[in-house]
Amino acid sequence: MTEIHGNIEEMRADYLALVRRKRLMDGILLIVFIALMVSGFMIADDRNAGGFWDGIHRFFDFPKEVLSEAGEKVTELPAHFVKFFPSLIETINIAGAATLIGAMGAMILSLLATRGLARWPRLIPVFRRLMDIMRAIPEIVIALVLIFVMGGGPVPAMIAIAFHTAGALGKLFSEVNENVSLKPVEGLSSVGANWAQRMWLGVIPQVSPNYLSYALLRFEINIRASAILGFVGAGGIGYELKNAMSWGKGQYDEAAAIFLLLFFSIVVVDQISSHFREQLTHGRKDKRKVTA
Amino acid sequence: MTMTATDTLKLEADGIFRRKRLLAFGLPLLILLYLTYTFFSFDVPGLIKRFEIDNARALVADSYSYKTHVARDNRTGGVEVAIEGERKGTYPEGEAPDWVSLGETTRIDLEDGHVVTFLPEQVVTYDIPGYGTIHAQTSRSKGVVTTLPEGDLPEWINKSKNRLTITTEAGRLTVTRNRTEVFRYFTGWELFFFTLDSPYHGMSFGNLVGRAFDGEAGAIWNDFWNNKMWRHSEVVWALFETILMAFLGTMGAAIVALPLAFLAAKNFSPLMAVRQVMRRFFDFFRGVDALIWTIVLARAFGPGPLTGALAILITDTGSFGKMFSEALENVDEKQIEGVQSTGAKPVQRYRFGVIPQVTPVLLSQILYYLESNTRSATIIGAITGGGIGLLLTQAMITQKDWEEVSYYIVLVILMVMAMDWFSGWLRRRLIAGSESGH
Repeated sequence: MTEIHGNIEEMRADYLALVRRKRLMDGILLIVFIALMVSGFMIADDRNAGGFWDGIHRFFDFPKEVLSEAGEKVTELPAHFVKFFPSLIETINIAGAATLIGAMGAMILSLLATRGLARWPRLIPVFRRLMDIMRAIPEIVIALVLIFVMGGGPVPAMIAIAFHTAGALGKLFSEVNENVSLKPVEGLSSVGANWAQRMWLGVIPQVSPNYLSYALLRFEINIRASAILGFVGAGGIGYELKNAMSWGKGQYDEAAAIFLLLFFSIVVVDQISSHFREQLTHGRKDKRKVTA
Repeated sequence: MTMTATDTLKLEADGIFRRKRLLAFGLPLLILLYLTYTFFSFDVPGLIKRFEIDNARALVADSYSYKTHVARDNRTGGVEVAIEGERKGTYPEGEAPDWVSLGETTRIDLEDGHVVTFLPEQVVTYDIPGYGTIHAQTSRSKGVVTTLPEGDLPEWINKSKNRLTITTEAGRLTVTRNRTEVFRYFTGWELFFFTLDSPYHGMSFGNLVGRAFDGEAGAIWNDFWNNKMWRHSEVVWALFETILMAFLGTMGAAIVALPLAFLAAKNFSPLMAVRQVMRRFFDFFRGVDALIWTIVLARAFGPGPLTGALAILITDTGSFGKMFSEALENVDEKQIEGVQSTGAKPVQRYRFGVIPQVTPVLLSQILYYLESNTRSATIIGAITGGGIGLLLTQAMITQKDWEEVSYYIVLVILMVMAMDWFSGWLRRRLIAGSESGH
């Protein structure tokens, strides 16, 4: 009896010590995190041109200015919308073409980098690293280099986004490929289909809904990216925004029109794409990861 | 009767096949059509004409090599040797690398028998093996007078009244009325470790290590760290700033979004109006793109890392709010009820019933965003003026420091990959450590 009793006492002490240690670790982690946040904020504040506490009052000044000017010239807004609509289309086209080309590249890369499906199994690590590198390069780097070589315009932006998209989607696609049933592939190879046929007829039909869903998500992201790249000289609505901003005070009605166009197009594309993505994965039992 | 049943079945099957076939051929055709449309709408044929192959060549050549300029001012007669022609890379007066011998006549050995000689009276000669000696004299009145060996003018010599340019595989000679300049190309990134004014320039690695042990480590580090050409300290700061932007932005967004996500989740926020308001709020913050937030914030706070961090924070508050509220809607009620049955107050219910359930999901999302925001911070930095993005755009605008551009590109890639690895490592550590599995 006493032995068991002693054991329970011991266990309780052990348990409490464990809890205390865990709490201590959590506490230390929290303190480190808070210290990192605070010191990071202070460094960032210090190195910024304007301080946080001075700027916070001015936060609404610029939006107010833009909105009030837009309000004064509200009659001109429709004309601005018409004027900037072509560049909005260009921005969307950059994103669209880049997503398509990138998704095609990602499809091939991911098939080459999936165990069991790869054309050259030994090269799987090579293709994986290749996708990692493609994913790691920010679009702006490629875009700026290409703008230097090709001159400004939509093509550098498209290539830059497509390159990054191929890497980013390639990773997601290869995760999808891992869950593919190999039976159709084996069936096709038994009737003498070559690699491309096996993939196109055996794998792609299984994975296309997931591919499409990821590609749509990427399209949303790419519209934003293409607007940003426009700002550094790659054409489209971002370029117009930069010009409109440079007119300065009293001329912000154009900037306001572009803000509105960009905002609504992003919201509309997000809504449409999430609707279709819902449909694509609706009723399917696949475990879509919650990434992105 | 049965015939009709199979007939309808067959008809249906035919219909399905037709649709499949249409999809199999129609979709690629549609994609092709769209790409053709963009091909012309982006004016790709015109672009091919504008393609500046010289720029591409300069970019590629510069990224792995550098050139040393030997220049004579034809009015004063002074000769200057400078790496990349920059003031920061200029050799001190009277000093030169061993392939240049200074004096009354300056002899520049470009190797493989190519020799350029600066003679007095503004005369320059260039011995090219297999071709002969080119003689050029400049004067205020006559411009550049060139005497070439007999024969046709080769295409690598560009000669006019006021200018002579000779481009060979060994180097390049440019003669104008005011200036005679020779370029010699070398592989590598010169002055990467020490600039010419440092006593440690040109020392071997072993020698440096020896001196470091003799108590010069501080001085050596100082000369390297404050290298005026490659600005290592500034570059490291810029990388740090970029990561700082990503860190502050992501974590700040997560802190702001978590309480708001409770208000937007169906099972925690009974008021439909509140939920709707919160959701529209998230949509708005996501919809107003990071680009617009960056511009608005830059007006208020000026350029710098704080602006970039806030831009990321605001955009991601929207994304996190949406994702967190979805994760919260998926929590298991049983655990909360279990905690409640022990008499826990609402706060304790959240702390012990909800948080442990959602932590792994939220953490993995936050860490995923941390990695992707490192990339965004580079881009935002280029717009708002902070971090490595700014250095990159600055180096590109000058259009000559391509070795620096390629250096920065390599650093950016390494930084993003390191963050990718780090966030993956942290994810595995924290999620495995919280005992709740995935």
